[in-house]
Amino acid sequence: MVVAKRGAARVGDDPLNGLDMAEVGSITVDTHEAPHHEQSFWSKWVFPTDHKMIAMQYMFTGIAMALIGGYMSYAFRMQLAFPGQSVPGYGMVSQGEYNALVTNHGTIMIFWVAMPMLIAAFGNFLIPLMIGADDMVFPRINRLSYQIFLISAIVLVASFFVPGGGFGGGWTAYPPLSANSAYNLTPYGASFWLVAVALEFIAFLLGGINFITTLMNSRAPGMKMYDIPMVLWMIVIASILFMASVGPLIAGAVMLFMDQVVGTAFFDPSRGGDPILWQHLFWFFGHPEVYVVLLPAMGMVADVMCTFSRKKLFNYKLILFTVFATGIISFFVWAHHQFIAGIDPRMANLFTVTTLIISVPVGEMLFLYIATLYGGSIQLTTPMLWALAFIAEFLIGGVTGIFLGASGADIYFHDTYFVLAHFHYTFFPIAIIGFYTGITFWFPKMFGKMMNETLGKIHFWGTIIAFNCIFIPLFILGAAGQHRRIYNFQNFPDLAGMQDLRIFATGALLVMLVFQVVFLVNFVMSLLKGKPAGKNPWRANTLEWTTDSPPPHGNWPEGLPNCYRGPYEYSVPGREDDYWPQNLPPDTAPAE
Amino acid sequence: MSTRPIATTRSATGIPTGKLAVWWVVVSEIVIFGGLLASYIMHRLGHPEWAGYASHTNAWFGGVNTFVLLTSSLSAVLAHHAAENGDGKKAARWLWGTCLGGATFIGIKAVEWTIEIQQGYTITSNGFWQFYYTVAGLHAMHVIAGCVIMLIIANDARKQLELQRVELIGIYWHFVDIVWIFLFPLLYIAK
Amino acid sequence: MAEHEEHTGHGQAHYVRIWGILLILLLISVLGPLLAPHIEDAAAGAGAHFLKGWMIVILTAFGIALYKAYLVAANFMHLNIEKRYISYLLGTMLMLMLLFFAGVSPDVMKHQGQNWDNVAADAEVSRALKAQESDSHGGEHHDGAEH
Repeated sequence: MVVAKRGAARVGDDPLNGLDMAEVGSITVDTHEAPHHEQSFWSKWVFPTDHKMIAMQYMFTGIAMALIGGYMSYAFRMQLAFPGQSVPGYGMVSQGEYNALVTNHGTIMIFWVAMPMLIAAFGNFLIPLMIGADDMVFPRINRLSYQIFLISAIVLVASFFVPGGGFGGGWTAYPPLSANSAYNLTPYGASFWLVAVALEFIAFLLGGINFITTLMNSRAPGMKMYDIPMVLWMIVIASILFMASVGPLIAGAVMLFMDQVVGTAFFDPSRGGDPILWQHLFWFFGHPEVYVVLLPAMGMVADVMCTFSRKKLFNYKLILFTVFATGIISFFVWAHHQFIAGIDPRMANLFTVTTLIISVPVGEMLFLYIATLYGGSIQLTTPMLWALAFIAEFLIGGVTGIFLGASGADIYFHDTYFVLAHFHYTFFPIAIIGFYTGITFWFPKMFGKMMNETLGKIHFWGTIIAFNCIFIPLFILGAAGQHRRIYNFQNFPDLAGMQDLRIFATGALLVMLVFQVVFLVNFVMSLLKGKPAGKNPWRANTLEWTTDSPPPHGNWPEGLPNCYRGPYEYSVPGREDDYWPQNLPPDTAPAE
Repeated sequence: MSTRPIATTRSATGIPTGKLAVWWVVVSEIVIFGGLLASYIMHRLGHPEWAGYASHTNAWFGGVNTFVLLTSSLSAVLAHHAAENGDGKKAARWLWGTCLGGATFIGIKAVEWTIEIQQGYTITSNGFWQFYYTVAGLHAMHVIAGCVIMLIIANDARKQLELQRVELIGIYWHFVDIVWIFLFPLLYIAK
Repeated sequence: MAEHEEHTGHGQAHYVRIWGILLILLLISVLGPLLAPHIEDAAAGAGAHFLKGWMIVILTAFGIALYKAYLVAANFMHLNIEKRYISYLLGTMLMLMLLFFAGVSPDVMKHQGQNWDNVAADAEVSRALKAQESDSHGGEHHDGAEH
């Protein structure tokens, strides 16, 4: 009979961490350095199992999808600013096409830009490096997850080219519109869209299992729970939130697919189904999902802030427990997306209370971040600028969410541009500012070259100023009653007069898109001709900065590091250096 | 096998990485089936007429299938037991038995569904039947996927390789069994 | 695996014992709903009017299902000797499903509430019940188009 014991094996210096060889069964334990093997072109570039290469695959796919999603926003904003006129570089935007553009813009930005770049790309790149491991625990499943993800992206793009065109029922895909092709007029597009989203979910479930297991089990000897860099905690907690919340939506997607293709009536009220069920299934996932993307961005901001204020994270444990609390509460707020959908008003009361409550821990985290900056030796490098901008812009997003969280006010605001501006003030900091924070900070490690600071700052200011010029007008328009998902506001006499604001917002979008070219130029130029970065250009503490840039296959060919302290030991009194890398044994004299 | 990273062999939690991963798979599957079943139960309790529709399911088919899955769970855990003792050949045999159970389950279901469809109870007949086929169908897909993976693991085990994976596929298989333990009363008994 | 105190055969016996219990429970869970009307009548005859048929069904079919699931999870999945937080993790997922049910059923299960009525669902329920009633007088034959 199996006799195993409860109780954890202690983390020690033994790579097996106390486990008996016999206990781990017939796993071949390799206590020597990772075996070197020559990688063919195909196994290195096309079908890699190396986490860093998979991270690059996710990142570049995400960038490509961001270009597509951005192009879509260009097209529909041009239609809104200049209704009925042909859009340069696109053509005429018909009503159906407008719906498909806004639907797919939203879907792409959340599922094929924010999630792959923040979670999959940075998670894959950083987790093994920051915990001192040579790869993820399941490299082949990692590869599989990218392959499924790539297929999902291809299916989504294919949906634009099938008869009927791309799905136009909103990224929320409410039935009966999404279930019945007689209503949505995109019989193939709707199903392609649904299958693409389902495949993306499966890819992220697989990836998430890898991330969680790797962080839980494969840390460097000596790296205890509170020595883990905050960005990794955030990515893994986000993966757990995703895993726990996506199930009902997968169930819903199966039901919706059945409705679309087989003709069932899960969501058809005329045949005994209930469309509200879809809404609940969607938002039970949809609300935790926004925290799934928020947490990694906040994590990256935390690490960047500490490095460039030469200060430790203010109350690491409090931030961690606040994140746990936020994650738990995020499961209790979902129906605030449905306040006027016809849910029972008594439930609306409940969800108002929980929604207002969740603003407390999130606000608290922002305060803790600001406290981290206080008294620090601030270096306004490009990554630091992005991190600071995240705090400022997300603050606006969070505060405007409170208006929407009160069900009474939401009766007015729901489905107006006020909502849209709110979620862009949250999603843009998350997906775009978060990505830029991470890429400008870790580019030297990823590619071995430094990015150009001047171009970086030009890109930063152009993007941030333009971003605010796009969305502040949209708050004003929303408060005036402008409804979402409308093709042409000239048809609304009360709103037609505010066209100047729409044109201004669209102009700002054009400016912002042009500034992204600066980033792309900087990216390519730095790759080709950037200053060599060395191992640790930012003088940071975490383990990824102790190996070469870019790290070789196996990350530390000469031997994986141990961990002796927390990740934020900056400006420690008594030390000559203002940083103290995690891998330096305690008895070394202060370096340099 | 020779390119297994050191990361895979570490275990700061004390739980081997493979087993930890399977528990997380079970976590995600609980919420998938949970969402589907919760939706079913809500409708079932809100639609008294579904009791009449449900009366046409055959509790004997369901009961036999439950017996089949419970027995296959037994053979799965006996496979684990054999693997723990290092006997890969015996573990493989027990796993094949489990697969046989899975195949029997699918076979009985195929017969059952054929009869029901011929009687006119199709997936579009009414609300009850659409849930019935969808949730049992999703479960059946998990049974088939489990069998496929099990055969691969049994093949390795037979050659005394990767014996720790016998327990892992067992955990997955027991989960599939537990889902059916709940599906049986929900779809067949409550009338 | 590092040390087993019992001989292989004994280890197997434990699992077979659990399997036997599961089969007995299965039998009860099938018989329970079958015999429920009779038990209800017998109980009513003996003066225990509170014992309804549906209670017996819940107890036997679902209560037993819960216990069977527990037996499989504890003994076959070895959750009884696994690290406790794994059980807590799985339990949390089940709690989330209860949360989902609690948050959604007021809108989907119930067909009226504070100032609202699910007219379509009410119509479907009454139509279907009526059709079943008339069917039970005539023959019963459902084909694909019939709801």
